[in-house]
Amino acid sequence: MAETGSLNMIQALGNALDHYMERDEMAVVLGEDVGAFGGVFRVTAGLQEKYGAERVFDTPLAEAGIVGMAIGMGLGGLRPIVEIQFADFIFPAFDQIVNELAKYRYRSGGQYAPRVLIRTPYGGGIRGGHYHSQSPEAYFAHTPGLRVVVPSGPYEAKGLLLGALECADPVIFLEPKRIYRSAKGEIPLDYYTLPLERARLVKKGEDITLVAWGAMLHTCQEAVALAEGEGYDVELIDLQSIAPYDLHTLVRSVTKTGRMAVVHEAPMTCGFGAELVAAVQAEAFDHLRAPLLRITGFDTPFPYSLEDHYLPSAERILRGLVETIEY
Amino acid sequence: MAGQPLFSILNEDGSCEEAYRGLLTDDEVRQALDAMILNRILDRRLLMLQRQGRLAFWMTSRGEEATILGAAASLLPEDPIFLSYRELGCLLWRRIPLPLIFNQLIGNNRDLCLGRQMPVHYCYKEWAIPSVSSPVGTQLPHACGFGYAAKMRGTGQVALAFCGEGTASEGDFHTALNFAGVFATPTIFVIRNNGYAISTPESSQTAAESLAVRAEGYGMPGFQVDGNDLLAVVKVLGEAVDRARSGGGPTLVEAMTYRMGPHSTADDPSAYRSDDEAAEWNRLDPYERLKAHGIWRGIWSNEEEATIQASWDERVVATLAECERHPPPRIESLFEGVLETVSPQLEAQRDAYLAAHRRRQRDEFEVP
Repeated sequence: MAETGSLNMIQALGNALDHYMERDEMAVVLGEDVGAFGGVFRVTAGLQEKYGAERVFDTPLAEAGIVGMAIGMGLGGLRPIVEIQFADFIFPAFDQIVNELAKYRYRSGGQYAPRVLIRTPYGGGIRGGHYHSQSPEAYFAHTPGLRVVVPSGPYEAKGLLLGALECADPVIFLEPKRIYRSAKGEIPLDYYTLPLERARLVKKGEDITLVAWGAMLHTCQEAVALAEGEGYDVELIDLQSIAPYDLHTLVRSVTKTGRMAVVHEAPMTCGFGAELVAAVQAEAFDHLRAPLLRITGFDTPFPYSLEDHYLPSAERILRGLVETIEY
Repeated sequence: MAGQPLFSILNEDGSCEEAYRGLLTDDEVRQALDAMILNRILDRRLLMLQRQGRLAFWMTSRGEEATILGAAASLLPEDPIFLSYRELGCLLWRRIPLPLIFNQLIGNNRDLCLGRQMPVHYCYKEWAIPSVSSPVGTQLPHACGFGYAAKMRGTGQVALAFCGEGTASEGDFHTALNFAGVFATPTIFVIRNNGYAISTPESSQTAAESLAVRAEGYGMPGFQVDGNDLLAVVKVLGEAVDRARSGGGPTLVEAMTYRMGPHSTADDPSAYRSDDEAAEWNRLDPYERLKAHGIWRGIWSNEEEATIQASWDERVVATLAECERHPPPRIESLFEGVLETVSPQLEAQRDAYLAAHRRRQRDEFEVP
């Protein structure tokens, strides 16, 4: 029986990085405050002490430079693991990510394929206002050549991060910071990976398929419990991988339930829910019993004082589930 | 250093101080003259090809060959060169076979990049040439990161990156030099200051007396050099390369030169540059200066020039014709290499498109 430990998501991510650094001597961690300090959220705590300042180091405060440098390191044979302190600050690096990193394998005909993984805390519910709360997954999912992965708990965080680090593609690894400490679990301390591109069936149900990722999965779990109290049986799916995504699992579920609701924090218009709804209706059209529903943040900048109204709550999700089931 | 008279080595009659003669061997001078001749033949012929509609796009480098070749000549073959886009000469110096260059320009099925980028967006890993992209300056932090990797892995490589003086206004220029300074990476940044970013003169890019002075702000040495003087470029860059290779960190070099032709085939420089200005720079033509130097060394002559010119002319025409015969890449390749494996989403798109495409082809074939 492998050893396990009670870890929160921060500890699980740190544990994954530790394992990977140990295995791959070309792995390098870079970002703002990730060195001796161990990152503002402490994910990289202890890594510099263990692996040295050449492999774990602070950079100047410039996101475009961090990602640009990491691409060059990847071209030069290293395996850079970047931390962007908040996903809201990733946009100075957008050109490097979208025009350089994402296209490098394709544009070089496979001659070069820099393996850069970018970890970044994202999402709201921490009183962070416009600039410490956003969910940028759809921007990156819209860029061919990137993987976008979002864990929802410590077990997934560790397994998916190691899976992503083993993979040869550039990955945007979005970490739901609201549940960084609150999501705890007994997880294996040994090395393990979870497959990318596979959605996780969290709970079986018959009446409706509910799809979410990251911190919203936990809000959905509350909603599922409330729905159960009202006699509705919800099937809950954690998408985990936004790009590419596991359409097969969604279609199989909706073929059974005939209904689907997608929940995300990002604004509704052109959010990733739009993609899921479009793809599922095309594949499961004959089985649908109600319009597919999106329950999301609003088409506003992420608010500060009123963020509880902006973010989908368990009550809002419950209302959407019931209305769709009773359609 | 910036502010001083521009550092040159070649005198007007082609001579130079004896101490500088050894910067390049006779063979290297001949190789540079040969590459410049080929470079100009390609500039002329490919511009023509573009005008005839046989090539989508071409960017000339006439006038800037000394800067470009001087940089390549200062490096070892395994040192990566992060091109901006106007540095054909580096490919020629490294003797990348002409068909590989033409296949890229044409985008045929023999292109190493599978016809995925417009002309001049080269990538030749075997010759340590990473991929060119259109957004300017993005390659500069890559050169810094590559330098970091080389240093950490102990490969001894030095990374060199080119950009134009217009690109020095981009944020990536600043971050790259700042990072390279902080991490003391073996990276060399070469600004080809050819006076114009398309039509915008240098005076609209900076209020400073030079771009080289910025080096001080990044904690690295900075030099201006006569970019039309091959020996001067080799001298300054050679020292920068030695410094980088021996752990002395990065250098910024601003090579003062002039784009004698248009920015690209979509440009008409007569709309923004005076004839007088162009004439003044014609006097400083880097090929003519190196040719005079070759004659001064006694290793070059008009006859030799004519022979080499004719031989390249013939080879270029024949090779182009050969490369133009190859068809475009397989349609299937459009869908490959986005990620390491084809995603399920793309797989579905591919299958649907290819099925329809094959049906269409079959129907066309069956029409009497």
